[in-house]
Amino acid sequence: MHEWALAESILVAAIDAAEKEKIKKLTEITIGLGELQQIAIDVFKFALDELIKEHKEELGDLKVKIETIESNLKCNSCGNEWKFSDMKKKITDDEGEAIHFIPEVAFVHTRCPKCGSPDFQISSGRGVSITKLKGEK
Amino acid sequence: MEVRTSVIDKRLSKVKRVISIASGKGGVGKSMVACSLALSLSEKGYKVGLLDLDLYGPSSHIILGVNNFVFPEEEKGILPYDVNKIKFMSIVYFTEDKPAPLRGIDITNVIIELLAITRWEELDFLIIDMPPGIGDETLDVINLVKKSEFVVVSTPSKVALGAVDKLLRVLKELKLPVVGVVENMKINDSTIIENYSKEKDFIYLGSVSFDKKLEDSIGNPEKIMKTKFMKEFEKSVEKIL
Repeated sequence: MHEWALAESILVAAIDAAEKEKIKKLTEITIGLGELQQIAIDVFKFALDELIKEHKEELGDLKVKIETIESNLKCNSCGNEWKFSDMKKKITDDEGEAIHFIPEVAFVHTRCPKCGSPDFQISSGRGVSITKLKGEK
Repeated sequence: MEVRTSVIDKRLSKVKRVISIASGKGGVGKSMVACSLALSLSEKGYKVGLLDLDLYGPSSHIILGVNNFVFPEEEKGILPYDVNKIKFMSIVYFTEDKPAPLRGIDITNVIIELLAITRWEELDFLIIDMPPGIGDETLDVINLVKKSEFVVVSTPSKVALGAVDKLLRVLKELKLPVVGVVENMKINDSTIIENYSKEKDFIYLGSVSFDKKLEDSIGNPEKIMKTKFMKEFEKSVEKIL
């Protein structure tokens, strides 16, 4: 369950940010899950719930919102743009799983669908992030 | 907001010492030094981890004889493999040893991801096999692995030293802990690296002469332990301890 490590990083980062901003109580967090990382949302939510229980003091009343961020890949060679979902059928399960662990492995296992270049960029939808954080000072 | 960097300190909190094996120059034997250091420390009874961050040209798995690229076990993160009692992690488990054409920002992302999700747990030493130069990987390790010390490898060559000196100057400028300089592949009585170390106030960790038979032991840790290379390198290991 590598989702656990990512959920943990979200909450550690949220607590750190709250400390920096002198927020006494975090009330709402919006988490972005990049399409490329193919997070199992139910597993991720379970990990978040368990971890929040371990940090009752800081996170007891935290409302969690999760949004999926669509991927956008852009070729540095020909300018073509595409989504990971467009090419998911062309990769093996193992290649998809490797991209789940480390999204940049997409540069190893996939190519620009138009010109075949491995030189493309992940413009959006890479991995986990906090998109909004609310709290009371 | 980048979240993964927050958890890196926690992942390394039970690691007593992190030693990055670096060089300004490629081809000086960093991976061989990194693997040999890990093997030697492990044989001495220390708990050792080895992380290969040479993402373009990972070599540690070749030296250790790893050729089965199955995903690491997942347990609240990923668990490094046990290779000859060394906890080992490399990008090769995810790339199937295929080429990884990565740009700078992607290199940084891979390094952050590996550091954020790998569960090293309790270690006496985590050895990091670094790529050559003072680019993304070196700067990322400096920024992300706050407690890293550096062992710098050079060959007895003016050309190698030219690049090695630049790395050492950066490390010194940033007041980072340099354990010392290892001179590898020595073929004559040259004192160029020893003199440089003295002059610049770095600890000279000793030299290892060019071992013509070393190649025969690549992929076989037991054989590596018995090489002339390892016998000579042991003197440097004692100084690193």
